[in-house]
Amino acid sequence: MRRIVASREMLLLVAIALLLGLVSTRFPGFVEPANLVAVFNDTSPLILLAIGQMVVILTKCIDLSVAANLALSGMVAAMTNLAVPDAPIVAILLVATGFGTILGMINGVLVWKLDIPPIVVTLGTMTIFRGTIFLLTEGKWVNSHEMTHAFKAFPRTELLGLPVLAWAAVAVVVLFSVIMTRTTLGRAFYAVGGNPNAAAYVGIDVGRTKFWAFTISGGIAGLTGYLWVSRFAVAYVDIAGGFELDVVAACVIGGVSIMGGIGSVPGALLGALFLGVIKNALPVVNISPFWQLAISGGAIIIAVALNAQANRERGRIILKRAEHAA
Amino acid sequence: MNASDRNIPDRLRSPFERRLRSWESLLLLVAVAIFVANSLASPYFLDAWNLSDATFNFTEKAMIAFAMALLIISGEIDLSVAAIIALASTAMGAAVQFGVPTPGLVLVGLAVGLACGAFNGLLVTRVGLPSIVVTIGTLSLFRGISYIVLGDQAYRGYPPEFAFFGQGYVWWVISFELMMFALLALAFGILLHGTNFGRAVYAIGNNATGALFSGIRVARVKFILFLLTGLMSGVAAICLTSRLGSTRPSIAFAWELEIVTMVVLGGVSILGGSGSIPGVVIAAVVMGLVTFGLGLLNVPGIVMSIVIGALLISVIALPRLWTGRGQS
Repeated sequence: MRRIVASREMLLLVAIALLLGLVSTRFPGFVEPANLVAVFNDTSPLILLAIGQMVVILTKCIDLSVAANLALSGMVAAMTNLAVPDAPIVAILLVATGFGTILGMINGVLVWKLDIPPIVVTLGTMTIFRGTIFLLTEGKWVNSHEMTHAFKAFPRTELLGLPVLAWAAVAVVVLFSVIMTRTTLGRAFYAVGGNPNAAAYVGIDVGRTKFWAFTISGGIAGLTGYLWVSRFAVAYVDIAGGFELDVVAACVIGGVSIMGGIGSVPGALLGALFLGVIKNALPVVNISPFWQLAISGGAIIIAVALNAQANRERGRIILKRAEHAA
Repeated sequence: MNASDRNIPDRLRSPFERRLRSWESLLLLVAVAIFVANSLASPYFLDAWNLSDATFNFTEKAMIAFAMALLIISGEIDLSVAAIIALASTAMGAAVQFGVPTPGLVLVGLAVGLACGAFNGLLVTRVGLPSIVVTIGTLSLFRGISYIVLGDQAYRGYPPEFAFFGQGYVWWVISFELMMFALLALAFGILLHGTNFGRAVYAIGNNATGALFSGIRVARVKFILFLLTGLMSGVAAICLTSRLGSTRPSIAFAWELEIVTMVVLGGVSILGGSGSIPGVVIAAVVMGLVTFGLGLLNVPGIVMSIVIGALLISVIALPRLWTGRGQS
């Protein structure tokens, strides 16, 4: 019971509730269900990418190419729509997700087979993916009027009061909650990050596990690419520029340890929601949106400081146990 | 970090052979190849003034890259450098509004750089946080403060003398920035390769615990490296602000990635423990030449970034394919 109360997830939940409460004292409209749905919907892309990033960070890696992957996959989806206007949405979804998956696999292979540090790989592929969009389009935009109605309508379609975009986030959260806690692959991600040597001894292929982490992150980025492009009804080189740092920030705030091995799906979800609520609340309480960057920076630093505190306590407990054993 | 990396070979290669097979000579070869290719591809390339202009592509970034190289060798990283430029530049712009003269502006720029570096350093060495997360946080924080101060506005009106740092020439085609680049390269080269401090940096990067037990003050060395990186960001901020003549909060956006690319391209291991300043110098020149040469051929900037990205991955991947490493 104490563990649950003191857990990172609980702390974040309280922080988000406080934030909402604070805003609602002056602007009760902010916490109306319709607006909360809008905030969740607006945060959905961040939630999606944060889940993928969490899997990667768990394995002691980092994927800085997610935003570029999103932009490239989104552009491919938009261009598919231009080329084949009759193509069903299912086909577009498959194309975008498949394309993103392949981009993720490229990262994964470079990390797995060539043993290049992930930060270097994804720094490189980040610029390559963005540049490729330019090569594909020569810098031209795909604008709203060029996209078919069905293409644009999909993420906004409401099912049971939630838009499809939000449902996508819900689905991925549920799916990965199961994968991370109930499958061998999910546990392997934790094992590889927690202690690579021990993981290798129990028969886990460390490199291959990292490869799957990047593949998952890429696939989610591809899916989000289509949803992003269709929601905003525009595709160009710079969409989601710098978003990779927001994604990493959401993970860190959500208690995912950058050293690998520690983190949870609810944590990443709440980390993303925390940033999302701040982003949506600022204009409501009449603070210039220019404050957002500094606030999320401050939140990251406070979050890691709290993380470090928690880890230190855990270290002490292990030591005590060892003393008793001796 | 494979165990085999740490093994001591039975027989060392001869010094000449080692030098021939070193990362730096490979890079130098790439630099020469790019230089030749550029001069063949464009008739405008081999012109003293053109080449002098080309140096502005890398001098400011390289100044930070030198300090970053030491930081990365010691096993840490600073992703907030570009944000420090933004904050330092904003502070200088604000100082201009109060009529501070040029020497004062320089002091403000350097002081803000140092303060930001100290903040990063304290969080990493005193609080004990991983530097990559700390500096992703301060990246947002520092640039965020610039956005709060400036919003969508810009600072202008720098005094005319202030223009010297980014636009002035010391002698013929040698700009002030190019001179600073050369002097700082020398200074950091000596610091890393010729002093106890430099050896301590390598020792910490290879084995921080071992270094601590050999009497190296690990936390203090790391703190000084963060200070140095902040200071160099301040210097770069002065040069860049002077060159542009105005400050927007988006100044030097995403430079941190180019600077890290430059350092890694220069042969510094991102895992720490190895690397050299000459390597970083050549890498800076390579990146500058590629950008400039492609620019002369009317290749858009974003395509150049593909080339830089591919260069980054391939120069690290090729030697590993060559020696059949990896697949650990």
